Amino acid sequence: MSCAPTRNPFTHTESAAVGVSIEGLSKSFGKFQVLKNISFSVQPGEIFVLMGPSGSGKSVLLKHIVGLELPTSGRVTVDGKDASSEATREQVRMALVFQSGALFNSLSVYDNLALYPREHQVGDEASIREKVMRALQILSLEGTANKAPSELSGGMKKRVAIARGLVMEPQLMLYDEPTSELDPVMSATIAEIIATLKDEYHVTSIVVSHDRELALGIADRVGILMGGELVSLGTPAELRAPKDPRVAEFLYPKIDLKNPRFKKLET
Amino acid sequence: MNQITAILEGIGSTIQLLFRAASYTPSLWRQRARFIEQCYLIGYTTLPIVAILSFFIGSVLALQAGYSMSNFGAKQFIGSLVGLSMARELGPVMAAILLAGRVGSAIAAELASMKVYQEIDALVTMNIPPAKVLVLPRLAAVLVMMPVLAIIADLVGWFGGAIVSKYTASIAIEPEAYFSVLRRFMEFKDVLNGLIKAEVFGFAIVLVCCSIGLNTRGGPREIGAAVTKAVVVSLILILVLDYFVTKALM
Repeated sequence: MSCAPTRNPFTHTESAAVGVSIEGLSKSFGKFQVLKNISFSVQPGEIFVLMGPSGSGKSVLLKHIVGLELPTSGRVTVDGKDASSEATREQVRMALVFQSGALFNSLSVYDNLALYPREHQVGDEASIREKVMRALQILSLEGTANKAPSELSGGMKKRVAIARGLVMEPQLMLYDEPTSELDPVMSATIAEIIATLKDEYHVTSIVVSHDRELALGIADRVGILMGGELVSLGTPAELRAPKDPRVAEFLYPKIDLKNPRFKKLET
Repeated sequence: MNQITAILEGIGSTIQLLFRAASYTPSLWRQRARFIEQCYLIGYTTLPIVAILSFFIGSVLALQAGYSMSNFGAKQFIGSLVGLSMARELGPVMAAILLAGRVGSAIAAELASMKVYQEIDALVTMNIPPAKVLVLPRLAAVLVMMPVLAIIADLVGWFGGAIVSKYTASIAIEPEAYFSVLRRFMEFKDVLNGLIKAEVFGFAIVLVCCSIGLNTRGGPREIGAAVTKAVVVSLILILVLDYFVTKALM
C-alpha cells in the first residue's frame, strides 16, 4: 500500500483567517432586550469560546456575526467589513455549524457537502469530489457519502455539518453548541476536530457552547454572556479560578441536596 | 392594526422576493436540473388529478346545460356552452385551484420546514440565495407547465361534455354535432384568454406560497399554519385575480 502524502485539496487554507469586531452591540426583540452593549474582538486564527446560561443570547450573537440578524444598535464587522452586508458574505467565506446541523434533508451527505462548491463553481466535479471525500475523511465519515441526513446519528450530523463548513474553505468558522446532546467521548472528539481545523487550516473559530471542558481545553479566550451582558472575558487559565461569583457558579456549580437551587428560586 | 401591518408586510416581502428571484434569471440555464425537477412536480404529478376533475366538470356542465337548455329547444348549443365555459373560466380556474391545493401546499410546507429547521439560514450563510435556488426554478417551471395543465383541462372537459351529451338519453347529441357547435362558437382568443389566466394564477400561487414558506417563524405548528395560510391566500387570490384578469381581457 502506498504511503505517499495526500495532496491537500483545500487550496485557500492558511491564506486569510479573518478577525471579528463587535462594538456596542445591542439587540431587542420587541420590548425584550437580548443583547446589551456587547463589545469584544476576535483575532485572526483565534479560537474564541462564548459561554453562558441558556437564553443568555449566545446564538443571537452568533447570528449577528454571519449577518442573519441585524443589530438594534452597535456594529459587527468581519475583517473590517459590516457583517450585516450581503457583500461581506461574498467577500469573506464564513461557515456556521448550526446546533441542529441544519443539513439539507432532501440531499445526500455528499450533495450537502458539494452544494457550496457547485453553486459557486469552485473547480470541476472531479476536484469537488476530491474536496468532499477529503472532508469526510478528516471527520471520519467516509461511509456516509450516499446516506440521507435522516439516517445519521446526532454526532454524525454534527460532524457532517462541520465537514460541510470545511469544504467551504472558510476564513471564519462558527459553531453553535457543537457538543450539545453528545456523549462525552463524542464531545471530546468534536473539540479535537475544532482545534485541529484551527491548527492545520488556520481558521478563526468562534464556538458557542455550554461545554466547560471544551472551553478550557481548546479556547484561546473565553467570553461569558449572562442576561445579554458580557460579564467575563479571559483566558482558560483565568477561568479556572474565576473572581466573579456568577461566573464561578455557572462554571463550577455544586450540587447541594440540602439547599437545592429550585427551592431558593421558589422563595 | 397589527393585522393590516402583517398583510402589508406580506405583500411587500412577496414583491421583494419576486424581484430578487427575477434578478437571478441568467442563472436559470445552470439550474436546469432543478427546473426540470420542478416541471415534473408541478406539471406531471398534477396532471392526473387535473384530468379527472376536468372530465367530471365538463360532464356536469353538459348535464346541467342539457337539463335547462332542452326546455327551450337549445340543447344543440351545449357544445359551445361547455367549450367556452371550460376554455375561458373553468379550465384555468380549476387547474389553479388544484395547483394551490397540491403544489402550493407542498411548496409552503417544504420551504417552511426548511426555514424552521434552519436550512434556509444555512443557505444564506453559504451565500446561496434562497430566491435563486428555491424560488426561481419553481416560478420558471410553473410558467411552462401551467398552460399545459390548462389546455389539458380544456380538452378533457370538452371530451367529458361530449360523452355525457351522447349517452344521456334526454340530451342525445352525437360528438360530431357537439364539436361542430363548439368549433363554430369558439375563437382562438377564447383559448388564449384562458391560458393567460392560467399563467397569471399559477405564477401568483407559486410566488405567494414561496413567500409564505420562507417567512415562516417558529416550530412545527407554524409549518402547519403556513400551509393552511398558503392554500387559503392562494384560493382568495385566484378568485380576485380571476375578476381583474377577465375584465382586463374583455
